[in-house]
Amino acid sequence: MYRYDEIDQRIVAERVEQFRDQTQRFLAGTLGEDDFKPLRLQNGLYIQKHAPMLRVAVPYGLLSSAQVRMFGHIARKYDRGYGHFSTRQNIQFNWPKLAQVPDILADLATVEMHAVQTSGNCIRNITADHLAGISPDELVNPLVWCEVLRQWSTFHPEFAFLPRKFKIAVSGSEADRAAIQVHDIGLQATRNTQGEVGFKVYVGGGLGRTPIVGQVIREFLPWQHLITYLEAVIRVYNRYGRRDNLYKARIKILVKERGLAAYREEVEAEWAQLVDGAGTLTKDIVDDIASRFTQPAYRRLPKEDSELKTFLSAERAFARWHGRNVHAHKVPGYAAVTLSLKRPGVPPGDVTADQLDAIAALADKYSFGELRVTHEQNLVLPDVEQRQLLALWREAKALGLATPNLGLLTNIIACPGGDFCSLANAVSIPVALAISERFENLDYVHDIGELDLNISGCMNSCGHHHVGHIGILGVDKNGEEWYQISIGGQQGNHASIGKVIGPSFARAEVPDVIEKLIEYYLEHRDSAEERFIDVAERLGIEPFKKHVYGDTHQKQAHRARQLATA
Amino acid sequence: MATLIKNKRIAPDSWQLLSPAVDGGLSELPQSGDWIVPLTLWQAKRAAHGGRIGVLLENTDDPRVLAEDFDKLALIAVRFPKFTDGRGYSIARLLRRMGWQGELRAVGDVLRDQLFYMTRCGFDAFALRDDQDPQVALSAFGDFTAPYQAAVDDGARLGSARAPSKPAASALSPW
Ligand code: SF4
Repeated sequence: MYRYDEIDQRIVAERVEQFRDQTQRFLAGTLGEDDFKPLRLQNGLYIQKHAPMLRVAVPYGLLSSAQVRMFGHIARKYDRGYGHFSTRQNIQFNWPKLAQVPDILADLATVEMHAVQTSGNCIRNITADHLAGISPDELVNPLVWCEVLRQWSTFHPEFAFLPRKFKIAVSGSEADRAAIQVHDIGLQATRNTQGEVGFKVYVGGGLGRTPIVGQVIREFLPWQHLITYLEAVIRVYNRYGRRDNLYKARIKILVKERGLAAYREEVEAEWAQLVDGAGTLTKDIVDDIASRFTQPAYRRLPKEDSELKTFLSAERAFARWHGRNVHAHKVPGYAAVTLSLKRPGVPPGDVTADQLDAIAALADKYSFGELRVTHEQNLVLPDVEQRQLLALWREAKALGLATPNLGLLTNIIACPGGDFCSLANAVSIPVALAISERFENLDYVHDIGELDLNISGCMNSCGHHHVGHIGILGVDKNGEEWYQISIGGQQGNHASIGKVIGPSFARAEVPDVIEKLIEYYLEHRDSAEERFIDVAERLGIEPFKKHVYGDTHQKQAHRARQLATA
Repeated sequence: MATLIKNKRIAPDSWQLLSPAVDGGLSELPQSGDWIVPLTLWQAKRAAHGGRIGVLLENTDDPRVLAEDFDKLALIAVRFPKFTDGRGYSIARLLRRMGWQGELRAVGDVLRDQLFYMTRCGFDAFALRDDQDPQVALSAFGDFTAPYQAAVDDGARLGSARAPSKPAASALSPW
């Protein structure tokens, strides 16, 4: 965990007072609605369909058990007893009262938390992957770099009113689990031939209305220049990014319109003025920030736990969960465990106050009191002894947190959608629930194998539908909810944007369509190893399309003929 | 008339803003008094003036065009058409980096809640939007007492303003 020092604590305390003052002026009528709106957004406060929604920052997804208990407290005291983990590794509360938000922030500050820059046209929460710092394949620990960037971007005076929101993600390993290529800036830790640490910098990726995979603007940026270089990239964007059209305001459009080479040239010219100046990082600064992270007191354990092997062969359900929800750890004898927040009948990412307390207790008992939030809306216990896995599984199962579906079809990512979000074209959660109900049979879901299914309620793409192997997007047709379905999207090093298979469907048809896609896949995969996405890549969308629409088209053609001859 | 805050105080304002001529063409530079004039007018008629001159930059202007003129100017103003349009912040930083040391004034949609950021980007004078309470606005400069990142107002580097570090024995390695 990163632990606040006196300055961090002072900054959040001053933030609470600043926001309290702004809220009071708004409620007293001396701060107008239009003037308050960007201020509250930069504090994660939306006015939603039913009530304000408060989005609390979980910097790079790291949480302590005390913070999770605080979420439970907030859910009980100010909300309706639950919270919702978002795809941006944050937690959202859907029912707070505006006048109470300053008090919520004050409560959060007691556990080193805040809602700073969780929305608005500023630099948002910096994200990493959920196994950051513990996975065996990392070159550097990305958490420290995320924290460096968190401090730099927090209340950045120049970049609070950018043309549009700005998202940065960091990957510490070559295998990208942080979706860095669909961020405004993606940073991939790497080493040059001298073995020095630096970053490969991607720019202009993003989802939304115009999904684009980021391009490499710099192959190797030495770590000392991380901040000055990002300042140059964002300053060019701040000056020239489009402000005339909300949908063309992201950096990806500017990079696309100017061309990568021209954009790079401007950035380099600006950076030439900044390089080695204030903002240049030194080893002291980075080490100082690193020193404020606590590190679990790992025990010396054998690499493989012998008892675990026995349990795995004895308990099939345990083995299945272990196969899906347990991940390798760089420290011998340890593992990381995903607690699934996806199960039939519950909106993806939702968690009750009682569950939050129980989860905090599990973290204390099994994982040094630490947790992670994943962008797939699950929680991770990062530091579990392998010999404790069976006991943990039993407890998690009793709490409904052990659905062994990680990476499988029913681990659906879904945005809050029309049930909560005022921008939505259509609901997402009921669609997710209908699909998980249809695919209730675990054996079948395991047989289908790896499959990401993502749902967004509108083009803003909070549910990342573009990078789902199957993506579902809510669209509006004459005031009715319809769903467009795409296949072939994926995240990671081979990021790609899914292709729409054809005209959209009514809500009730969606589970059938998914079933058809799966059916076709199962018939045509060359082995159980070939995943849905592989088949979609190999065969393209046409045969899937035919399989899905074939019948209806024939029916329509048939009907048209009947009408013609009548 | 907008209230002026300068160097974190309410201050009298001797400057007048010269609007473009009614026919849309260039006005003449007034012969005396303190005038803030549009960039185009300054570029066309820069020589002939007896009093003090300031230039108004729109946030689409490139501040580098003034680089040679600093010694002839007494003030540079940057207009915020809407407070949510953040281009003016970058322009201020560029002007300070270019070495402009005179008054740098924010005009237009200038509100209490942005003064702290504007100051950190190099503005030292603010012509407040008419509805702003200047006394309330003055409190903005104390919103935060320990910023994280370097900006124009101080040369502090990230991390350097902080307490000496603890031994880094159990720290995560960023290297
Ligand atoms: S994708 Fe659209 S509907 Fe879903 S949460 Fe985002 S804005 Fe709301």
